[in-house]
This record gives sequence, C-alpha cells and structure tokens, in this order.
Amino acid sequence: MYDVAVIGAGITGACIVRELSKYDLKIIVIEGSYDIANGATKANSGIVHAGYDAKEGTLKAKLNVLGNRMYEDLCRELNVPYKNNGSLVIAFNDEEMKTLELLLNRGLKNGVEGLEIIDKNTLLNLEPNISDRAKGALYAKSAGIVSPYELALSLCESAYLNGAEFIFDAKVTNIIKEKGKFTISTSKGQIISNFVVNAAGVNADEINKMLGGEKFSIIPRRGEYCLLDKSQGNIVNRIIFNTPTEKGKGILVSPTTHGNLLLGPNAHVIEDKLDVSTTGFGLEEVIEGAKKNIKNVNLREIITSFSGVRATPSTGDFIIDVPTRGAVNAAGIESPGLTSAPAIAIMVLELLHKEGLTLNFKSDFKNGRILPKRFIDMNDEEKKAAIEKDKRYGKIICRCEQITEGDIVNAINCPLGAKTVDGVKKRLRAGMGRCQGGFCMPRVVEILSRELKTEPENILKADSGSYILTGKTK
Amino acid sequence: MERDLVIIGGGPAGLAAAIEAKEKGIDDILIIERDKSLGGILNQCIHNGFGLHIFGEQLTGPEYADRFIKKAKDLGIEYYLNTMVLNMTEDKTITVLNENEGLFNIKAKAVICAMGCRERTRGALNIPGTRPSGVFTAGAAQRFVNMEGYNVGKEVVILGSGDIGLIMARRMTLEGAKVKMVLEIMPYSTGLKRNIVQCLDDFDIPLKFNYTVVKIHGRERLEGVTIAKVDENRKPIEQTFEYVKCDTLLLSVGLIPENELSREAGVEIDRVTSGPIVTEAMQTSIDGIFACGNVVHVHDLVDFVTMESRLAGRMAAKYIKGELKKDGDFISTKGIDGIRYVVPHKINPENVEDNVNFFMRVDNVYKNVIIYAEHDGQIIYKAKKPMVSPGEMESIKIKKNVFENIKSGEIKFGLRRA
Ligand SMILES: Cc1cc2nc3c(=O)[nH]c(=O)nc-3n(C[C@H](O)[C@H](O)[C@H](O)COP(=O)(O)OP(=O)(O)OC[C@H]3O[C@@H](n4cnc5c(N)ncnc54)[C@H](O)[C@@H]3O)c2cc1C
Ligand SMILES: Cc1cc2nc3c(=O)[nH]c(=O)nc-3n(C[C@H](O)[C@H](O)[C@H](O)COP(=O)(O)OP(=O)(O)OC[C@H]3O[C@@H](n4cnc5c(N)ncnc54)[C@H](O)[C@@H]3O)c2cc1C
Repeated sequence: MYDVAVIGAGITGACIVRELSKYDLKIIVIEGSYDIANGATKANSGIVHAGYDAKEGTLKAKLNVLGNRMYEDLCRELNVPYKNNGSLVIAFNDEEMKTLELLLNRGLKNGVEGLEIIDKNTLLNLEPNISDRAKGALYAKSAGIVSPYELALSLCESAYLNGAEFIFDAKVTNIIKEKGKFTISTSKGQIISNFVVNAAGVNADEINKMLGGEKFSIIPRRGEYCLLDKSQGNIVNRIIFNTPTEKGKGILVSPTTHGNLLLGPNAHVIEDKLDVSTTGFGLEEVIEGAKKNIKNVNLREIITSFSGVRATPSTGDFIIDVPTRGAVNAAGIESPGLTSAPAIAIMVLELLHKEGLTLNFKSDFKNGRILPKRFIDMNDEEKKAAIEKDKRYGKIICRCEQITEGDIVNAINCPLGAKTVDGVKKRLRAGMGRCQGGFCMPRVVEILSRELKTEPENILKADSGSYILTGKTK
Repeated sequence: MERDLVIIGGGPAGLAAAIEAKEKGIDDILIIERDKSLGGILNQCIHNGFGLHIFGEQLTGPEYADRFIKKAKDLGIEYYLNTMVLNMTEDKTITVLNENEGLFNIKAKAVICAMGCRERTRGALNIPGTRPSGVFTAGAAQRFVNMEGYNVGKEVVILGSGDIGLIMARRMTLEGAKVKMVLEIMPYSTGLKRNIVQCLDDFDIPLKFNYTVVKIHGRERLEGVTIAKVDENRKPIEQTFEYVKCDTLLLSVGLIPENELSREAGVEIDRVTSGPIVTEAMQTSIDGIFACGNVVHVHDLVDFVTMESRLAGRMAAKYIKGELKKDGDFISTKGIDGIRYVVPHKINPENVEDNVNFFMRVDNVYKNVIIYAEHDGQIIYKAKKPMVSPGEMESIKIKKNVFENIKSGEIKFGLRRA
C-alpha cells in the first residue's frame, strides 16, 4: 500500500519522484522497461531551451521558462553534466530576420532573459564555422545542454536514497479505482496506492484512459539524429538552430555535454509509438540540414545514429490535469519537456496536494547520488586511493571512454544498478565512444554475468528478448 | 620511472620491435600491453595462414605469436600485462594504469607505438534501422567464439569481405550456424584471395559483390536485414531491395589504426592511412617516437608487420645510442595514378640500410599493370604485375644507392598499363 505511485521513469517521472521524496511519503515508481530513461528521455537533443518557442500563455511557455531557471542548481546538486552555453537561431534572409524579431518578442513576453538579435559579424566572431550565407541570429544566453538520461538516473537515485521504491519490467495494464484507492495491475503483479501520477510518455493517453480521464491522444512523432566523434565536438560552441518555418524547426547542431557533436532531429509522424528505428531518408535529411548551417564538419566522423519519439498531444499543449480524483496526468510531454520537467514536477505536486495528499517535509532529506564518481572524473589522488581500495579500478575495460572494471562492478551492484549492457553504457558511457563497444562489449557481458551470477547467455542488451549469446561453442 | 625504450602494444609489431632492439644492444626495454597476454590480435586468430614469408611454414595466429613471445622471454625483455597507456606527451612521458602499480608515469628515451587497430562499427557506416542485439563487429564475435567459448547467433549475414569476416564465416559454419551470405559493397573483396577460397567457396557461402545492407530490423534481437545492390556510385538501387531473415549481422568493414595516443602527443597523421607519417627509420614526426605494424597502416599479412617492426626496433636502438641521423634534405614519397598511399613517407638516404621496403595499396582492381617509381621525370623502379587489388598490399624494394643519387625531392609511385 503506497501513498503515491508514479507510472514511468523518464525525466518527467524522475523529477516528480525526486520532488515527492522530499516529503514523508511511501512512494513507488512503476516502469515498464528494464531501466530508467528508456523512452524519449534517452533519445532527444538534450537542450535546455530558453523558452521563446512556445506561444505565450501556454503551459509549455510557462514551464519551459521556469524549468530553465531551475536547471543550473538542480544539476549542481546532483552532479550531472550541464553547460549553459547559449543558443543561436540562424537567419539566412530578410524574411527569416523578421521571424527572429517575432521570436524575440515572444521570448520577452514569456519572461526569457538574455535574448538579443546579433548581426553577421558578431555571429561569425562567436561561431566561425557557421555558414557564410548567414545574415544574423537570435542569441539566447540562457539556453544550455544537459545529459538527459544521466539527469533522470541521478534524480531516481536521489529519490531512492530518500526511500522511494522502484519496480522495473512492470508494464501497467489496468487501473481500477475502488473506495478512493487505485489498484494498478502490472505485468509483475498488483500495486495499491492512494494517489497515482501518469508520466508514461507516449503511452500517457492509454493510462489516462485507464484512469477514466477526458479523452486525448498522443501522436508519436519521431526525430532522428547522427552523433559525431569528439574530434568534431568543437565545430560549434553553442546550440545552432535554423529559423523555424511552416515546414518545421529544421535541424540543429549542438555539442553534447560529453564533447561530441549532435546533428538532428527531423520530425515525422509514425504509426508505431515504439518504433525508434532510423531511415536512410531521415539520416540524409539530418545531414543535409546540418550542412546548411555549418561548414567544416567531417561527416566521416559519425559514430552512431539513433532516434526518439515525441509524445505529441492532440491538444497542442502539455496536459497536466486531474483525470479522476486522486490522480494527476503529466501527459503530452513533448519538447520542451526535458527543460520543463523540474517545473512540471512542482505543478504536479501542487495538484496532488489539492487532491488531498499531505505533504510533510522530511527533516532528514539526503542530497547526492548512489553511483560513485567514475575513475575518469577523479583527480590523481582520488584515482590512487580508488585503486588502493579496489584493484579493479586499475583495469580499463572501455578504452575509448577509459571506464575501469571497478566503475562497472559498482554500476552493476549499487541500488538501481545496471542489469544490461545498455544499462552499463547509460551509467558510465562504456561503449559510447568511437569504437561503440566493439572492444569492450564482450568484456562487459562477462562482468555482468559474473556480478549478476547468471550465465552469459542470459545477459541482455536492453530489454527482454535482446539476448546477445546463443549458447556455448562445440 | 625512467626507461630507455618503451613499446606500447605487445602484439606482433611490439614484440618484433622489442626483440630487435634488444639484439642491437638496448637492455632497458619495457613492453606495455593492455590485454591479459602478449600476442595482440593474433591470439584470437586460431586459423592457419601466418608466417609463410618469415618462417616458410603455415602457422596459426597463436603459434606465430608464441615464437616471438618465447624469444622475448628468453631474451629477458620486461613486459607489463593488463596495463594500459592512457596518455603520451611530446617529450615521451607516458601515463600508465594497472591494477598492481596503479597510475604512474614513465619517461622514455624512445617510444615505439605498436597499438594496432580497431574495427569500424555500424555507426561509422550509418546503417539505418533499429538498434537490436545481434549486430557485432566480426572481431567482437571472434572474441566471443574463439576466446570465451560462446556462439553469437544461428542465422548469419556478413557485411564486408574483410579477412576477419571471411574467417568468421567459416568458424560460425563449423559451429553449426547458417551463414547465408557475405555482402561486399565494392566490386572486389578487401580480403585475401586464399581466405575467400578456404572460408567461403569450400562451404558454398555466396559472396555478393556490389551489395550492401540498407536497413536493420528487429526491436530487441535482430530479425532480419534489407539488402540491396548498389550502382557505380555505391548508391543502393531501390528495385533490388530484398529482405533477408537472420538473427546475426557481422560487420567486417575495415580497420582503423588506433592513434588516439599518437594524436594527443602531436604526432602528424596521414589522412589516407589514419596512421602516423613515418620515415625510412619508422620514426614519426616527433623525434624518438617510432611506430610500426597496424598502427601505421593496416596490413593483411603479419609477416610484413614483423619486417616493418624489426626495422623500427633497430632504428630505435640506433636513436638511443645517438647513431640515427636526422639532418639532411629528406626525400618524400607520394602515391599517384591508382596508388592510394605509400609508407614510408620520407627518406633520409643516410639512414637507409641496404634498401627501403615501400608498402602501398592500390585504389581498385587492375590487371596487367606496371608499378613504377618516378623521381624528377626519371623512372627509378618498375615492375610488371598480372593483377593488383586493394585487398592485397604491394611491397617494393628499392636499393640504397638509388637514394644516394637523388638525395632530395619527391618520389612518385604510380600504376600504368603494361
Ligand atoms: C527527438 C526529440 C528531441 C527532443 N529534444 C528536446 C530538447 O532538446 N529539449 C527539451 O526540453 N525536450 C526535448 N524533447 C522532449 C523530451 O525529450 C521529452 O519531453 C521528455 O524526455 C519526456 O519525458 P517523459 O518522462 O515524459 O517520457 P519518457 O522519457 O518517454 O518516459 C516515459 C516512461 O514511461 C514508461 N511507460 C510507458 N508506458 C508504460 C506503462 N504502461 N507502464 C509502465 N511504464 C510505462 C516508459 O517505459 C518510459 O520509461 C525531445 C524529444 C524528442 C523525441
Ligand atoms: C582476424 C584477423 C585475421 C588475420 N589473418 C591473418 C592471416 O591469416 N595471416 C596473416 O599473416 N595475417 C593475418 N592478420 C593480420 C595480422 O594479424 C595483423 O596484421 C597483426 O596482428 C598486426 O600486428 P600489430 O602488432 O600491429 O597489432 P595487434 O596485433 O593489434 O597488436 C596491438 C597490441 O597493442 C595493444 N595496445 C593498443 N593500445 C594500447 C595501449 N594504449 N596500451 C597498452 N597496450 C595497447 C593491443 O592490446 C594489442 O595487443 C589477421 C588479422 C586479423 C585481425
């Protein structure tokens, strides 16, 4: 019996459960997949938007600006990579320059600070690799970049340290409300809770239906990306956007918090909400779009491509409401959902409180993370001490990102630890470098199997069915 | 810690260089290897075919490596295993990490880079589709099968006809898997002819030229791939798209010299080979930093690696003893007309022993050609070849006196019709 059950462990659910864990409550997070941040939160642009995009008066506009202001502190508290590097919307002609004025005005109305329109010279001084055809840009100093899945992980870890429980591989299939209590059926059994939060990403419409809320639907819109090696990470310092047109927002070019270069996303409505495949056409679109904005990028340095699905709501705005007494929707959280998530969490708590949830501050709330610092992030003294305590810190497993066996063992064995190869990757970046796991993957499988005390054949890449080995050799 | 000679990498290149330097009078040598044993990539090549040139017999990879490992041990050459070089600077200080000594620095008089290469992956090819399990580089699969004793799949498609892929086609067939086909985007194979015969033809595995994979299917585990024929610009032809059911895709699409350490130290890199620019002495652009083996350019035969690395070892020994000349106008080399690259890139005639062995690769399959070397309009070398192919490295020997006569300028290597 729980006070609150949060469905979904993406960035929305993660911010909500972390906020809830500050209060004296019994909380559970119910996640359908094997890990935290396996939905949109693992495959997006990682931009903390300034907030001039969304129409004034919408929830998107309000929560974006509020969320943006919360980011720096939040990431510092949780020790998550975040960089306030600013963004530039590039205009190539007079018409686009006019659009920049509109964006500037909208931004001012939304309460965005640090906005200005700059001319070509200033622009090329800031970013010498921008196309010579550029005319000017809208500079938004408050925009930044973050590592979204690391933020979600650290939020969940923080919540865990403060008593929140988590259940994985537990897809919610039905919800029944009886005598003011919710009985939530999952593939791992039933969970009973007084309050429910729906943060189920692309499936939030189905959960809303189970809760008996007013009908809306989620339209899956996919965005594809190419990620380039760190050798290209310095092509631009800021986030580079196209000027939006009726056709869409165009392709952005941005460094990531880990120093790679990200190109994308395009936007196409798809049939299957879970279809995170990429297409030849789409990747071409991304590359061509990126080439429009910047020069001197070496496309031979692409190390991987991926895609994520936006949970676009039929209503056009975030849906944060009460579908039935005691339940709160955080649905239709498409872009700028990552940016808005910390502010969404505050709003969701207010609604829960209105619904009767008692919020008593915990006096012993603990900040911090579970996952120890990675070897590569330590200074020389810390490194020496780490190896002295555990020799396995002296053994590099992932060569590209210099992740040690000690790091991997800890990432597996700690609470909310990694259970899969992708889980190790998400926590440590092992296998995310230029060789994309070509070298370390067999070793990570070996360590997972040893630490989880199971045969290597049982080790999965990501979710059930993603086995890697098919049995012993003859 | 201070050392005369540090060798990074204990594969065939590092071993041969170490042995040679020792025999030339350098006592204080340290080989640093990140894996749990010496031998490099040879340890996972349990097939025959190594050593025809050097030993005149057919050995397996581990057998070939063992001869060098034994010799190195007999000579008392020191080596660290499970030890990774994390960083190297221009002044030849290297930062090292292992379980027993932790993190420490070594200052060397000379360094030989012998780090080998890594495989290109799916990302580098940018193949669209899903991201399921079951997509392996051929080398990762080889490691699972040959070293860990686990199979990686039952119905296999192999993309790329590089040697590792060819060898894995045979290995997986012997393990009971069905290898459906090997696809090669080029009109020729990048693997050795003998591997095509012994690994594919003998097992009736079709090798489809001008074919590639255009899409990967399956949410969790690979379920199939869409294959397509490509046109002369290597663009997939839509009418030829075909779905092939499989649970495993092996990628054997090329190797990239592993030069992150060299780059950080500031070593100049050749854009074509992705390896350091080297001299006749296998010295890089940084004084006292040498390089040999796959880290310089990808070799198909380990015998050539051994030859090149022995030279590097001898020259590093000379360097430490102060006998290596650096002054003088260098002769530079260049590939033209069908030759993609030439190694070494620079020659100082004073350091040349009896001759220089030039290694080069062609950019296409050509029949009945002449490989020539030209300096200042003068042909200084030519040889007839019934056939050349990008899959087989060409090697040319030019005598010392030729360089003494020309002293400077550029030697161009090219192909022309016989
Ligand atoms: C291409 C793309 C680019 C974007 N770029 C940006 C950006 O730059 N900046 C920005 O601010 N925002 C961006 N966004 C938006 C942002 O990524 C999302 O708003 C955010 O990640 C949504 O988080 P979430 O937790 O709501 O959803 P998700 O991360 O999708 O999490 C939902 C979770 O619910 C689980 N779940 C679903 N159904 C069930 C069920 N029945 N039972 C149990 N669990 C279930 C899922 O497994 C998943 O873990 C982008 C989105 C996309 C797709
Ligand atoms: C699958 C396969 C099949 C082959 N088949 C044949 C064949 O049939 N016949 C034939 O003649 N040749 C064959 N070859 C070619 C031959 O094996 C290679 O050319 C040769 O192994 C290259 O030697 P190397 O020492 O340069 O590189 P490697 O063997 O790769 O050795 C490099 C070593 O350096 C170490 N290292 C790298 N970086 C660091 C660091 N930072 N710190 C510490 N150590 C480091 C690596 O762990 C590795 O052990 C084959 C190659 C492969 C991959």
